[in-house]
Amino acid sequence: MGATEPLVRFKDVRKTYDGDTLVVKNLNLDIGDGEFLTMLGPSGSGKTTSLMMLAGFEVPTHGEILLAGASLKNTPPHKRDIGMVFQNYALFPHMTVAENVAFPLSVRGIGKSEREERAEKALDMVRLGGLGARRPAQLSGGQQQRVALARALVFEPRLVLMDEPLGALDKQLREHMQIEIKHLHDRLGITVVYVTHDQSEALTMSDRVAVFNDGIIQQLDSPRDLYESPNNSFVAQFIGENNILNGTVESLDEGFAGVRLDGGGHVRARAVNVGGVGARTSLSFRPEKVHIEGIGADHENYLPALVEETIYHGDHMRVRAKVDGNEDFTVKMRYRSGREEPKAGDDLFVAFAAEDCLALDPVAPTTTA
Amino acid sequence: MDDGLSLKVKLRRAERMRQWRAFGLIAPMLLFLVVIFVVPIADMLRRSVHDVDLSEVWPRTTQAIGAWTDRTQAPDEPIFAALAQDIRDSQANRTLATAARRLNYDFSGSRSLIFGTARALPEDAPSWKAAVLEANDTWASPEIWAAIDRASGPITAFFLLQALDLERDPMGNLRAAPEDESIYLDVLARTFGVSLSVTLLCLALGFPVAYLLATLPPSKANPLMILVLLPFWTSLLVRTAAWIVLLQDQGLVNGALQWMGIIEHPIRLIFNRAGVLIAMTHVLLPFMILPLYSVMKGIPPVYMRAARSLGAPPTVAFLRIYLPQTLPGIAAGTLLTFIIALGYYITPALIGGAADQMVSYFIAFYTSDTVNWGMASALGTVLLTATLILYTIYNRLIGADQVKLG
Repeated sequence: MGATEPLVRFKDVRKTYDGDTLVVKNLNLDIGDGEFLTMLGPSGSGKTTSLMMLAGFEVPTHGEILLAGASLKNTPPHKRDIGMVFQNYALFPHMTVAENVAFPLSVRGIGKSEREERAEKALDMVRLGGLGARRPAQLSGGQQQRVALARALVFEPRLVLMDEPLGALDKQLREHMQIEIKHLHDRLGITVVYVTHDQSEALTMSDRVAVFNDGIIQQLDSPRDLYESPNNSFVAQFIGENNILNGTVESLDEGFAGVRLDGGGHVRARAVNVGGVGARTSLSFRPEKVHIEGIGADHENYLPALVEETIYHGDHMRVRAKVDGNEDFTVKMRYRSGREEPKAGDDLFVAFAAEDCLALDPVAPTTTA
Repeated sequence: MDDGLSLKVKLRRAERMRQWRAFGLIAPMLLFLVVIFVVPIADMLRRSVHDVDLSEVWPRTTQAIGAWTDRTQAPDEPIFAALAQDIRDSQANRTLATAARRLNYDFSGSRSLIFGTARALPEDAPSWKAAVLEANDTWASPEIWAAIDRASGPITAFFLLQALDLERDPMGNLRAAPEDESIYLDVLARTFGVSLSVTLLCLALGFPVAYLLATLPPSKANPLMILVLLPFWTSLLVRTAAWIVLLQDQGLVNGALQWMGIIEHPIRLIFNRAGVLIAMTHVLLPFMILPLYSVMKGIPPVYMRAARSLGAPPTVAFLRIYLPQTLPGIAAGTLLTFIIALGYYITPALIGGAADQMVSYFIAFYTSDTVNWGMASALGTVLLTATLILYTIYNRLIGADQVKLG
């Protein structure tokens, strides 16, 4: 990340398909050599379009993309030397696994024996040694995914793009593959640009995550910063679980704001993204940073809560309560011995530090309903 | 154990009910196929070797001819006596023409020979051999007797041999038919040649169209699809007649070419091979395009993208990734087009010249013009056999599992 020369640079890139609406609005993004960068966002946010422009399958309407300092404008996809893993693997069905993996080498005119040796090595790397003679259709989803990885890595590209590569796998396999891809990245030192709409996947794997929405990068940060210090309500909502309470700023001092909630309560919150006194704001709370207590007096902030429901989750318990008019306020609580568990109908308090309550830009009321 | 046994019995009973029901559902279809497909083909195969025309009207002669041993010369008195008797009987029964027609297939001039002999034959004669030879000395030649022997039935290879331009000499040995009678091998070769040319033309023209149809967005592909299907919805006769109008010397094509200054004099496009190829290609194009289209439709564009991202230039990606995946469509399309082309009749008959007629023309000719069912069936049998042999070779090369019809 600290490298002076980024490997990939998006410079004022815009893209429109119909000439009216911009799918990508003025994208500026530097990707460092060896970095694992994830483009995260809901569908239609412009992340896949950005990836396709980098791969060369879409042409930017405006601006340019530089790879190692050189413009990619007139470089067709096959000359970009960028490995790519597709959503549904795109393994060639009429070739064996080994032929699939050797394909990038054979189109580069590499001799048969070297080709076979390198393909075999690449298959060993993804722990599929010995399966080279099979057809892709004879492999499981996870194995096909590994073949696609081996094929994208075998010609040692500077950059590997992955377009929701784990989308078709079941949860357990997906989590396993996430770790495996991350280890491959660490071991080979390659640069990876990864597209996904799954926020936990983005947090698990990435050095940095670019959160896309509406054609704009909403926030570009490390997973930790993204989760703990979201810049705005969209990021707070999209990454991890989140509770929202709406209110109006009453006072501002040294980075903290006094907020009068719509339900009547008053809290002190970290002012991250608010206008002046009198502006509307949405407060964001992580369910695990809020405590549920019998009395809230010894905390910085506390609000009365009516327990609606409790749900057992094994290692923790979820309490859904009505707080300041929001009926879906969720609190995650660990089991502690010697403490009475809350039950539906209990009148309790939610308590939290001002540090853990972020005052962000107001969201439309419908999203909190 | 008892329980297990009864469970098995129950299972079998339940399965049997299901099987009978399934059979009941396909029974009408099966019956239909048997009646209009299996039975006629079996009958055709039977007729190509079955030959009782002569033995029905000349029972004595066809019976007695078995005693003819020295085939270098005409037979002896008893066989001549049987012949005279048969000729007189069939003259009375008005079946002489049947015998004359059947012998004429094999021995030209039989017709006048038989009718002449019948007229000249006396009421009674001490030696029938002398009397018959007196009536017409052609009867002294072993050739006519060999023809009678070959026609004595009930099983004969005569028609099949003739369909392959072969015949037997009086000694029963195979030999090539005389030059002026051997046309069928040429016709067969021409049939396969024209079908192959039409198939290749359809592939060359149909592949890009199918590709376009499969890759265009539906709003543009659907009107194009209608254009492709239009020939299907038009009567074959109308389309063929339209080609006559287009291709004739004063027709639209020649007119346009002359107007553009490409040619000075009209070029001959009709009543020759060119016309047949143009019209048949047009008619058969949908049979190539549709299987190709259905296969191409199932090839996601992501394969081409993947190939390009892995470093393949567009042509390489097409040849190594796209084309191999269309093979099932190519296999199905070429097979379908070729086999339909083999049986084509109307289009070559109307647009082709005398040298462009295919086997089906001769089959129709023998069926309706000369009522020589044996010959028509034999040609059909040869065509069927040749097609099956070709299909087997094709199957070996491509594999039936590769053929995808839709």
